[in-house]
Amino acid sequence: MMSYLVRRLVLGLLVLVVAMLLLFVLIYAVPGDPATIALGPRASEAQKAFFREQMGLDQPLAVQAASFLWNLLQGDFGTDILSQRPVADLVFSALPRTVTLAVAGVVWAALLGVPLGIWAALRPGTFIDWVIGLISTSVVALPAFLMAIYALILFSVTLGWFPAIGAGDPGDLADQLHHLVLPAFAIGVAWVGYIARLVRVSMLETLAQPHVRTYRAFGVPDLRIALRYVLPIAVVPVISVLGVGIGNLLSGAVLVEVVFSRPGLGSLAYDAVISRNFPVLLGAVVVTTALYVAANFIADTLIAWLDPRLAEKG
Amino acid sequence: MSNRTAIATRAPRFATLRRLLSSPTGGLASLAVAAFVIAAIAAPLVAPYDPNAINPINRMQGPSAAHWLGTDQLGRDLLSRIIFGTRTALYIALVGTAAALGVGMAMGMIAGLGGKVVDSVLVLINDSIKSLPLVLFALALVTIYGASIAALIVIIAISMAPGYFRVVRNQVLVLRSADFVIAAQSMGASRLRVAATHMLPNLIGPILVLIAMDIPAVIGIESGLSFLGQGIQPPKSSWGNMLSEGYTYVRQAPHIAVAAGLPIVLSTIAFTFLGESLRDALDPRRAVRR
Repeated sequence: MMSYLVRRLVLGLLVLVVAMLLLFVLIYAVPGDPATIALGPRASEAQKAFFREQMGLDQPLAVQAASFLWNLLQGDFGTDILSQRPVADLVFSALPRTVTLAVAGVVWAALLGVPLGIWAALRPGTFIDWVIGLISTSVVALPAFLMAIYALILFSVTLGWFPAIGAGDPGDLADQLHHLVLPAFAIGVAWVGYIARLVRVSMLETLAQPHVRTYRAFGVPDLRIALRYVLPIAVVPVISVLGVGIGNLLSGAVLVEVVFSRPGLGSLAYDAVISRNFPVLLGAVVVTTALYVAANFIADTLIAWLDPRLAEKG
Repeated sequence: MSNRTAIATRAPRFATLRRLLSSPTGGLASLAVAAFVIAAIAAPLVAPYDPNAINPINRMQGPSAAHWLGTDQLGRDLLSRIIFGTRTALYIALVGTAAALGVGMAMGMIAGLGGKVVDSVLVLINDSIKSLPLVLFALALVTIYGASIAALIVIIAISMAPGYFRVVRNQVLVLRSADFVIAAQSMGASRLRVAATHMLPNLIGPILVLIAMDIPAVIGIESGLSFLGQGIQPPKSSWGNMLSEGYTYVRQAPHIAVAAGLPIVLSTIAFTFLGESLRDALDPRRAVRR
């Protein structure tokens, strides 16, 4: 198991390095002067010179790539062109808000999706299974930002139940939670469907296994079998999907933040696009990629712990 | 997708299509997708008004007999704009998915048929692409390359290619040791010939399913980026653009955003169900098991 985890860790770091190199290629493959392109035509000569020096644009390409990578891996994303603050500061102060939002979204989705999946799996082929299947398939591809706009129209503009803008008063937890409800709802909608479908399928697979039949033969009640013996095995795929899905989740959160004008990575990136502040965007991409790699490693570790057979197989 | 599916014997010609259309969800989804396609192709004939005709007197009107979905902040007919927006959405979805398919399939074939080192390198590259956060990555690219349809398609091609890569690579790895492939190889067929005549036909099913499943994602990306003002540029009508405009006037005229979101909801649901039903139709055993 240890060697499995070490292998996953090395692989994760490799993925991160290659992703950074891909970014480098895409940035430097652009025809024309990268400084002008990254900063826009309105940037002053001094800003461009600063950018060129910062990105090492006067160095040979291989040196540029190496220093680009080295700086990023050290957490040095350069300096914000407008405020002259280190980009890392900006990104890391925005990140917790976005992660909180994403986690809130997925938690409520799991709280609803897992029971729905179990319910459907316990009544396969019935009307209730069909209804749950229909609903979960319908919502699974709905874009989170669209749900955000609809929720905003219904629950804040029309009904006035929830605030439409911001993340709430920093000192007031109740106010913050009140502001969190709609964005978290919007992010979670698709995940309810996703999780419900996943749990149903893996529950059905596990329910068909011989050891479950043995429990039945011994007269253990269905619900007890489902919750005590089947569910712990059936949630394993959900964990791995959450690991892979964190990228999606954060992308959804980014757009939802813009809809609700919530401070966070999304608003930071959006403002950076408008002001053509490329280093900030690069920093946001790099940190989120690292987060994805970390989440996948955590998911792998959890799975190895929950289901050692998978780790053995590698 | 199980290994058995890949090497399953071929069913009669239209059996899959018949199975697809005979299931209630599959039939309905196909019908809805067909409606979107027809709306896109015949937009000038179907749309009741010119999508760009400005009519300030009628601005921000709610739904009425004259304007079924109402009018926007410039008095343009929302239904007509949605119908023309369908063109944009399906065009991006089609070209973007085709580009992703081309890139992913080429890489998948090379990985599956090439050596172990090539395979590992390509898998690593694809895993790395998957690790990039889509929206932020897209925004970063748009900042450098500028917002345009071409940029949008490049973004979609890059970010969706790993999905096709994985399906093609895994299927090729399975098919490589299938009897009929070994037989062809032992008769002297070249790698290219094996890939084109023996593997490609077996890849079509899973790829079709993936395309149907990916189109909602592509529609989501396009409308999301357009919503941020970084996708399709106005006055060209796109659902995301309309949402963005509707969002600006969400307090005065919420019907604009509601209307602009409807085609996104309907099309993503239709394509998702089409993909699901297609998967069941291609693999009847799976459908029975469900």
